[in-house]
Amino acid sequence: MDTELILMQLFSGVALGAILVITALGLSIIFGMLGVVNFAHGALFMVGAYAGLWVASLTGSFWWGLLVAPIMIGVFGMAIEYVLIRPLYGRSIDDPLLLTFGLSYVLVEGVRIVFGSDGIPFPTPSSLTGVVDLGVGFFPIYRIFVVGVVFLVVVLLWLGLEKTKFGLIVRAGARDPTMMKVLGVDISKVWLLVFGLGVGLASLGGVLSGPMRSVNPEMGALVLAEAFVVTVIGGLGSLVGSIIAGLLVGVVISMTALFAPEMATIVMFALMAIVLLIRPQGLFGKLA
Amino acid sequence: MTSPALAVSPSASARKPARFKSLVTKYRVPLSILALCLLPWLLPSKALAVNVLIYGTVAVGYNLLFGYTGLLSFGHAAFVGTGAYITGIAIGQFGVPWYLAVLMGVIGGALLAFVMGALSTRTRGIYFSMVTLALAQLVYYVALQTPSWTGGENGLRGFTVNKINLFGFEINFLDPVNKYYVLMVFAALALWLVSRILNSPFGAAIEAIRENERRARTCGYNVERTKLLSFTLSGTICALGGTMSALHLAFVPLDSLHYLSSGMIVMMTLLGGVSSFFGPFIGALVFLVMEDVFSLWTSHWQIIVGSIFVLFVLFLPKGIWGTFLTKVMR
Repeated sequence: MDTELILMQLFSGVALGAILVITALGLSIIFGMLGVVNFAHGALFMVGAYAGLWVASLTGSFWWGLLVAPIMIGVFGMAIEYVLIRPLYGRSIDDPLLLTFGLSYVLVEGVRIVFGSDGIPFPTPSSLTGVVDLGVGFFPIYRIFVVGVVFLVVVLLWLGLEKTKFGLIVRAGARDPTMMKVLGVDISKVWLLVFGLGVGLASLGGVLSGPMRSVNPEMGALVLAEAFVVTVIGGLGSLVGSIIAGLLVGVVISMTALFAPEMATIVMFALMAIVLLIRPQGLFGKLA
Repeated sequence: MTSPALAVSPSASARKPARFKSLVTKYRVPLSILALCLLPWLLPSKALAVNVLIYGTVAVGYNLLFGYTGLLSFGHAAFVGTGAYITGIAIGQFGVPWYLAVLMGVIGGALLAFVMGALSTRTRGIYFSMVTLALAQLVYYVALQTPSWTGGENGLRGFTVNKINLFGFEINFLDPVNKYYVLMVFAALALWLVSRILNSPFGAAIEAIRENERRARTCGYNVERTKLLSFTLSGTICALGGTMSALHLAFVPLDSLHYLSSGMIVMMTLLGGVSSFFGPFIGALVFLVMEDVFSLWTSHWQIIVGSIFVLFVLFLPKGIWGTFLTKVMR
C-alpha cells in the first residue's frame, strides 16, 4: 500500500461523501422544518438524475442539465408538498412518511414507463474528463468538480440560513411554528419553499452523481438507505451533523473498498449500529 | 395511527350494531380460520390463495408492532427473508426434515428480531423507522455478499419439498390444495397466537404505549422491555411467514430481504386497516389480488398500486376493514 493510492482513495471517498452530504442535507432540512421524513427522497434523487440527463440531451450541454434539473424538480417538489403532504399536517407523524413511500413507487414506475427499465449511460462532460496530477497522485477532474460544487452549495446554504431574513424565519419556524403564526408570518409559504429546496438538493445530488454512478430507475433505493444512515449518524435535523457524517461515511466506504471490497456497502450500516449503541440520538442530534 | 383500537374491546356504549362488532371480536379466531378454510375456493388460483395466506400471516404479525404498539418498522422484510433463507439452507444444504427446518427458520428470525429490536427500540419516532430500514438493508447486503450460502443475486434454489410425512401419511406437497391446507395450519396457529397476545395483559400494555408512552411509563410499565418483546414477537410471526413462503415457492429471491419488501408489508397492513386484528389479512388479500389483476393489464402495475396506496393514506387511513368496522359501529 503506497501513500499515493491511499490518498487517491481518500479523495474519492470525499467525492462520494459530497454526494451523500448534499442528499442528506435535503432530508435534514425538510425534517427540521416540516417534521417530515421524506421517503421519496431517493426516488427524487433518481428523477433528478434523469431530468439532468434529459435537459442535457435537449440542450447538448451538461451545464444546463446541472442548472435546470434541480430547479425543475424543486418546483415539482413544491407541488408535492402543496397537493399531497399539506393535508397531512396535524395528523400522525407516520402519515407523511407512508405517503412519500407510496409516492416513491409511483415515481420509480413512472421513470420506467418514460425512460425504460435499463440503465442509461451518463457521459461526463468533455471539459471535466481526465485526471490532474497534483504531485501526490492523479485525481479525476470530475470528482474535484463535484466536491467544489457541493462546497459552494453548502456555503450558500449556510449564508442563506444565517444571514438572510428568510433564513431567520426558517430557523425560527423550525423551533416554534405557532409563535411564527402569531407574529404574522405565513408559515405555509415557508414550508413550501423549504420542501422545494430539499427536493432540489436531492436532484442536484442526482445530476452530480450521474457520471459517477450508472443512472437507472432503482438507483434511488440505495441512495435513500445511504441518506438515512448519514442522517442517523449525524443526528436528525442537524445540518452540521449531515455534513460531517456524510464525509465520514464516504471516506469509510472508499477506504473499506481498498482493503476489503466485499465489505464496502456493509460497513456504513455497521458504523451506524456502533453510533446508535453509543449515542442513540446521533453525533450532533439533540435528545428528543 | 392513534385511533381507538377497534375490534379489540367492546365499546362502553354498546348499541345494536356494536353487538355485531363485539361478536366478531369475541369469535375472531374461529371466524378468521373459517375464512382461511374457504379462501382457496374464492380466489382465481390456488397459488394466489397460498400467497394471500403467507402475506396475510406476515401482515397480521407485523401489525402487532405497527398497529398495536404504534411503532412503524421499515425492516420487517429482514425477518421474512431470514426465515425463508434459513429454512431453504437447512433443507437444501443439510437435508434437515421440513418441520425442523421451519422451526429453525422461526427461531433464527426471532433471534434476529431480538437483536434488531434491541438496537432500534433505543430510538424514537421517525428515527425508529429509519434505523429499522437501515438495519434491514445491512441484512440484505450480507445475503448479497455470501453467495455460497444464499445464492447471492440469483436467490436460493435447490430445496424443493415434494412430499410431507404427517403421522404416517404421505402427502403430495406439490398439489396446490394440499399445500394450502398444510400451510393453513401454521397460519391458523399464528392468528390464534396474535389474538392471544392481544387479549393478554401484555396486549393492554402495548396499546398503552401506543396511546401515550409517557403515561405508560408513569403507570409503571417497563416501556423498553415491552417494546422489545413486541418487536421480537412480531418479527417471529413474520419469520414464520417467510418459512411458509420458502416451502411454497421452493425458492428465496434476494429481493425478499430488501426494504421495498418491508414497504409492501406496510402497505398491505395499512390498506386493510391497522386498528383491527384481521384488517391486515384483508389488506394482504386486496393487495395481492390487485397485483394479480393489474399485472395482467400492464407490467407497470406498481404505479397503480402506489397511487391507490397514496390515496388511502390521504382519504382512508383506517383502511378497508377498519372503515367497514367503524361504519358498522354507527
